[in-house]
Amino acid sequence: MGAQLRVYRQKIKSAQTTKKITRAMELISASRIQKAQARVAASTPYSRAITRAVSAVATYSNVDHVLTTEPETIERAAIVIFSSDRGLAGAFSSQVLREAEELAELLRGQGKEVAYFLVGRKATAYFNFRKRASEKTWTGGTDQPQFESAREIGEVLLESFLRDAGDGGVDEIHLVYNRFVSMVTQTPQVVRLLPLEVVEGVEEPEAGDILPLYEFEPDAATVLDGLLPVYIESRIFNAMLQSAASEHAARQKAMKSASDNADKLITDYTRLANNARQSEITQQISEIVGGADALASAKS
Amino acid sequence: MAAPLNVSVVSADHEVWSGEATQVIARTTEGEIGILAGHEPMLAILGAGEVRVTLPGGDKVHAHAADGFLSVDNNLVMVVASKAELV
Repeated sequence: MGAQLRVYRQKIKSAQTTKKITRAMELISASRIQKAQARVAASTPYSRAITRAVSAVATYSNVDHVLTTEPETIERAAIVIFSSDRGLAGAFSSQVLREAEELAELLRGQGKEVAYFLVGRKATAYFNFRKRASEKTWTGGTDQPQFESAREIGEVLLESFLRDAGDGGVDEIHLVYNRFVSMVTQTPQVVRLLPLEVVEGVEEPEAGDILPLYEFEPDAATVLDGLLPVYIESRIFNAMLQSAASEHAARQKAMKSASDNADKLITDYTRLANNARQSEITQQISEIVGGADALASAKS
Repeated sequence: MAAPLNVSVVSADHEVWSGEATQVIARTTEGEIGILAGHEPMLAILGAGEVRVTLPGGDKVHAHAADGFLSVDNNLVMVVASKAELV
């Protein structure tokens, strides 16, 4: 076998094994998207109930609470970046990091210091490689987030929010994550978590509607104290679930195009290998014919 | 009798139970509270304990709920807890 042909055969073999891997990853992701989407859907009643309750307290009571009032000057802002633990998911982690960089640029332009909280190994690696500081990192389990980890993140964030900016606390918290729009689209999303900005599901009371008089048990301030950490947890958990669903969708898409590319490579190299084989045979035939001719002319 | 209560018991990762009921009893931080149809809007912090839901037929559904809150609005009762499960 000629050298040329051997090289092509090697390349075909390598493309085939790569394709086996990418194909398997594609199938795994495809089956996990369903589950991740179901988890997003299952957690919706909870976050909807909490959002309703929070907007009720915010609308119908006039308690001054540290979590709802906007501080006069914001010195430090926190950015929480939700990336993935593993790569091979296309632009999944890079697009969320790019969005975070843009946000950080914007916040610095407003004269705020930026502190980073990182979720997922990819964001951590990105910061380590650039030797940049982060406040805290969480890795592991980004593809199947647990409520406990959301609670842990929520506690840390709340704690640093309640601290003064001088002591290393923050006055503002932003979340950056990939929102699951559909199987083919996942867009990076920036949400301001604190101070509170209840955006979704708030029904503006219509003129003439009588606002219900809410009763708080034990009292409005205690209810707020209890409710807002829960609200933060649920927002973070929701972001993690969305991010997980997006990760699977992004990986499936990336792996699908990788498998398609491998297919194309295999076809191309097979053609080339056939060509090489043909020309090898042709060469051998002409060598034999040439040799036979030479022998025949030598005899006569 | 007024329209029955619409009750949903939700935990962080799924809806535990939902349906119509005539009465809901839950334990708040202040003590047990019973809710019948037509209750005024209310928000309360839940203490750890049992939530008892009486169905229109008289059957009862028991659930464990801890670390959450109870909201009542327009005959819509929501028991929201980070951990909740039927007993």
